Amino acid sequence: MSEDVLFDLVNVSKKFVKGKEQISIFDGLNMQINKGDFVAIMGPSGSGKTTLLNMLGGVDQPSSGEVSFDNQRIDNLSEGKLAKWRANNIGFIFQFYNLMPMLNAFRNVELPLLLTNMSSKERAQRVQNALKLVGLDDRAKHMPSEMSGGQQQRVAIARAVVSDPKLLLCDEPTGDLDRKTADEILETLQLLNKEFGKTIVMVTHDPSAAKYAKHTLHLDKGEFVLEAK
Amino acid sequence: MKDLYLIYKNLTRKKLRLFLTCFAIFIAFLIFGAITALQGALNAGVEMSADNRLITANKINFTQPLPFAYVNKVKNIEGVKDVSYANWFGGFYQEPANQVVTMAVDPTTYFTVYDELVVPEAQLKQWQNNQRGVIVGERMAKTFNWKVGDTIPMSSNIFTNKDGTQTWQLQVDGIFTAKDEKTDTGYIVFHHKYFMETQTWGGDNVGWLMLTTTDSALNQQVSDAIDTNFANSAAETETSTEAAFNKAFIEQIGNIGLIIFGVVFMAFFTILVVVGNTMVLAIRERTNEIAVLKTLGFSSPRIFKMILIESCLLAFIGGLLGLGAAFVIVQGASEAMARFLPNLVLDQGIVLQALGYMLLLGLITGIVPAIRALRLNIVTGFQGA
Ligand SMILES: Nc1ncnc2c1ncn2[C@@H]1O[C@H](COP(=O)(O)OP(=O)(O)OP(=O)(O)O)[C@@H](O)[C@H]1O
Ligand SMILES: [Mg+2]
Repeated sequence: MSEDVLFDLVNVSKKFVKGKEQISIFDGLNMQINKGDFVAIMGPSGSGKTTLLNMLGGVDQPSSGEVSFDNQRIDNLSEGKLAKWRANNIGFIFQFYNLMPMLNAFRNVELPLLLTNMSSKERAQRVQNALKLVGLDDRAKHMPSEMSGGQQQRVAIARAVVSDPKLLLCDEPTGDLDRKTADEILETLQLLNKEFGKTIVMVTHDPSAAKYAKHTLHLDKGEFVLEAK
Repeated sequence: MKDLYLIYKNLTRKKLRLFLTCFAIFIAFLIFGAITALQGALNAGVEMSADNRLITANKINFTQPLPFAYVNKVKNIEGVKDVSYANWFGGFYQEPANQVVTMAVDPTTYFTVYDELVVPEAQLKQWQNNQRGVIVGERMAKTFNWKVGDTIPMSSNIFTNKDGTQTWQLQVDGIFTAKDEKTDTGYIVFHHKYFMETQTWGGDNVGWLMLTTTDSALNQQVSDAIDTNFANSAAETETSTEAAFNKAFIEQIGNIGLIIFGVVFMAFFTILVVVGNTMVLAIRERTNEIAVLKTLGFSSPRIFKMILIESCLLAFIGGLLGLGAAFVIVQGASEAMARFLPNLVLDQGIVLQALGYMLLLGLITGIVPAIRALRLNIVTGFQGA
């Protein structure tokens, strides 16, 4: 396997059981994501984008097949090991920001660092840097309810990068934002990819958002279909 | 613990809810503290009773007297060690509001039979030789600021002095203290002989007998022997252990133990349901946030612990405030009712018991939502929100 491959999915199947019915979302999916890539995943609603992202992020496991990250299988890790793996390797960015409403921006960004054994001083330094990176170092004390959607998403990005993970997984990160704010967020993601070498996998419905990525994959009925960028 | 801030923020995020649940717990522990202290005060007499001490009283009613001759007769019964006797005087100091428990006792044997009480040797001698003398309990001496050498007028609303008044001038010869701080010293004792000679009804009798047995194993045998001895006489007796005697006295007030248990149980059960339900709702509202924390890499056991700590904190905040309030109330009440309930204290035992219940309350109310959070699947957690 190439040194450049970050994610390697081999023959991945995913089935959901709903009552008596069994829905197959993926059946023998193969894909690779290279280190340093910025991949956009597009596709109609229900095509399995979130499910795929969940399997990449280790919050969901395939029904069969292998998922490897950096040449290590993650599909067969225990829940506890997966939690640790996520904390060390993945930054998550959600459509609805998912900040803790009772914590201010600083405390929200600090959350992933509570899982490390950094001193509080070290943590504060890291949080300030992360907030500066997204241009919100003057909003550290603000509560999520006191910030616009765009600002909240920036806080979420700061939270995703504060522990310096290799990979960012974004599920419709601009789905709830206006065009201008969306562009700012996407520029930030692009910066993280280009300047900081973060590998990014982003699910989006928006073709103009996908333009910020290096590659776009189209998912339809659980399979990738070719469509030139 | 790094998660403490997060726990604290979760606990305090809804101020009104926090206040209301804390208040409910506050009330529960207020009731618990106050009532357990009250129960302790009522039971102290029973607990403090010496286990080889018997009380012999008139079978009809313990307010009926016994012939004086019984003293010597009881002394000769096998297994009896010391015998003493007493009469009720009632009594108040200067004005009826100042109730003072006063008994006329036998000066030579009283402090032998009640050996948990201590009187300095010289004071005891002085009192035994002074028929107008009185020995006062430490707590009474403090209450009325009596010193050895004082003459104190004690009045009775039952008895009349031969001099036409209802007052006896008594001279304080000594102050008795107790070896154990739970033993009551809130009463005074003076000469039985002097009392009998000076009160208008006269008579050659005693109120009741107090005696010790040579071995507490002989209690039943001795008490049966005494009661058989006086069976079919003009004054039949009923002999019981002091503990049983005190208990019977308390039970006249009603079955307090059961009532207390009922009240505390109902209060706790109600609070348990209310707080438990509130916790379940509070955590359910956070399903999405718990899914986020898990996604970030917080382990399930760690989140489980956070929720249990939160519910325990809630129980301890409300509980400690309630216990504190109970302490203040008991303190105030014990000063106001010192003469009726001498042992009214919220002691260490009650505090420890309450702390145990707080922990239990916290764990029980937190366990259901904590287990739910432990089991929450990230994917369905997000979809449910
Ligand atoms: N926990 C689940 N149980 C049963 N079916 C599920 C579950 N999660 C997802 N599905 C089904 O799997 C399919 C893919 O869902 P997924 O959320 O991955 O789609 P998506 O591409 O992200 O859609 P959208 O663009 O609307 O977010 C859908 O048909 C959905 O109903
Ligand atoms: Mg989706």
